[in-house]
Amino acid sequence: MAEYTVFIWGDEQAWERAGAGAMQENLAAHREFMARHGAALRGGNRLHPSSVSTSIRHTVDGGVSVSDGAFAETKEVIGGYYLIEAADLDEALRIAAEVPAPFGGVEVRPVWPAD
Amino acid sequence: MDPVVAAAVAEAHRTEWGRVLAAAARLTGDLDAAEECAQDAYAEALGSWMAHGVPDRPGAWLTTVARRRAMDIIRRRDILRAKLPLLAGPDPAGGDGDDGDAAMPDDRLRLIFICCHPALAPDARVALTLRLLCGLTTAEVASAFVTSEPTMAARITRAKKKIATARIPYRVPGPGELPERLAAVLDVVHLVFTTGHTAPAGAALQRRDLAERALDLARMLRLLLPDEPAVAGLLALILLTDARRGARTDPNGRLLLISEQDRARWDHDEISEGLTLAREALRSRPYTRYPLMAAIAATHATAPAPGDPNWAQILSLYDELIAIWPSPIVALNRAVAVGEARGPAAGLAALDVLAAEPQLAGYHYLPAARAEYLRRLDRNDEARLAYDEALLLAGNATEREFLAARRGQLPPGHGGAGHGGAGHGE
Repeated sequence: MAEYTVFIWGDEQAWERAGAGAMQENLAAHREFMARHGAALRGGNRLHPSSVSTSIRHTVDGGVSVSDGAFAETKEVIGGYYLIEAADLDEALRIAAEVPAPFGGVEVRPVWPAD
Repeated sequence: MDPVVAAAVAEAHRTEWGRVLAAAARLTGDLDAAEECAQDAYAEALGSWMAHGVPDRPGAWLTTVARRRAMDIIRRRDILRAKLPLLAGPDPAGGDGDDGDAAMPDDRLRLIFICCHPALAPDARVALTLRLLCGLTTAEVASAFVTSEPTMAARITRAKKKIATARIPYRVPGPGELPERLAAVLDVVHLVFTTGHTAPAGAALQRRDLAERALDLARMLRLLLPDEPAVAGLLALILLTDARRGARTDPNGRLLLISEQDRARWDHDEISEGLTLAREALRSRPYTRYPLMAAIAATHATAPAPGDPNWAQILSLYDELIAIWPSPIVALNRAVAVGEARGPAAGLAALDVLAAEPQLAGYHYLPAARAEYLRRLDRNDEARLAYDEALLLAGNATEREFLAARRGQLPPGHGGAGHGGAGHGE
């Protein structure tokens, strides 16, 4: 077995345009997903929007530069994540394909074991 | 070096490499180690076959030696207690029910499915397949795809690392996933074939080594997945296209239109095998990509007169193909079929719709096909410009000569139209 993080990418402006109803629907879809895959779930959270995110980059002179916003300047940002356990990538992809992400998609990244 | 033994080892390298490596990978759970095992087995074969003669079943002999090497590696690893990321898959010791011959497992399907996993970059899938299934060296793979050897080596290393750390399983996908995963495998084999059939760059029109590897891979898939119409379709397509290999150029190496080819020089065994397979593939519905492409190739192969196939039928097959596979390349081929079935003006109109398609920018077949229809419409100045554009984009020397010759045949100023058959050299 291995652990995978499923990053949920989405377009924040699309969420704003879609309004509160869409968010309610999405929360219900996530509750359903979590009930269906409870056995594989090891953690996860919804995140605050990227506007309250702060990024830190290491500079060439050995210091750090702190900037407002998400790390990559793209339309889609990470809006939440799950930590799941799966036997292999195929199983992880099967689970991840069911993660609700109506205005984007998900990215599956293996977790580097801490030991 | 005994030439008989050397030839036997070379032949076994071409035909058995994937099987030997696949069997070792099941034990080692590590593709690099499996490659080492396979290399050791072939090295040992040279000496042993010289001393004791070539065995009756070279593949089985090599697999046995490679598996023994793999066991050595496993023991050594246990002693070192090395923590390596191993391939995800079934327990190496226990069979999982799909081995026809437990003593000599054929794991080539697992191997090709891991090489062509959709989580790998498309370039890496092709490279891994050629390297691990066909036994090409990194230098050979690099030359096939006009890349430098260090770039190709890095690409292969990166892909192997992803297989291990992301735990891409060493397993044949289950029935639910098979169609999609198989499509990815077939695309790789088809790309190897098209790269061999018309090399994207260089002096030679064809890279026979690659075309033959693709044919070997397609035959392997047919053997291991005999009930898959998509596999039958791909093998049929390759056979029907490959059958024309000896007739595509004249004795001076000039590229010929399909209408100019001497059909006596087509490989008629390959054509009849291809036609049988195409018929079989087309018995299943819904149609998938390769059975439809095989049907198109079959229509060309069975034309009543040279270069005069049933274009209306070909066009209707392209209509079906584009419905399930809306790709710009299919659209381009369909546009040529429109021109042949309905006349050059209709063909030109269909081609011009594709002018803004970003995936076709830089693809010489588009201006080459436009040039052909402009020529037939007596719009010779525009045809000349279109040939110039195609010449700028074509990388294969034989194709460039063909295009330059077609351009040279245009009358100066206004004049009569030539009629050539297919939209571009074939």
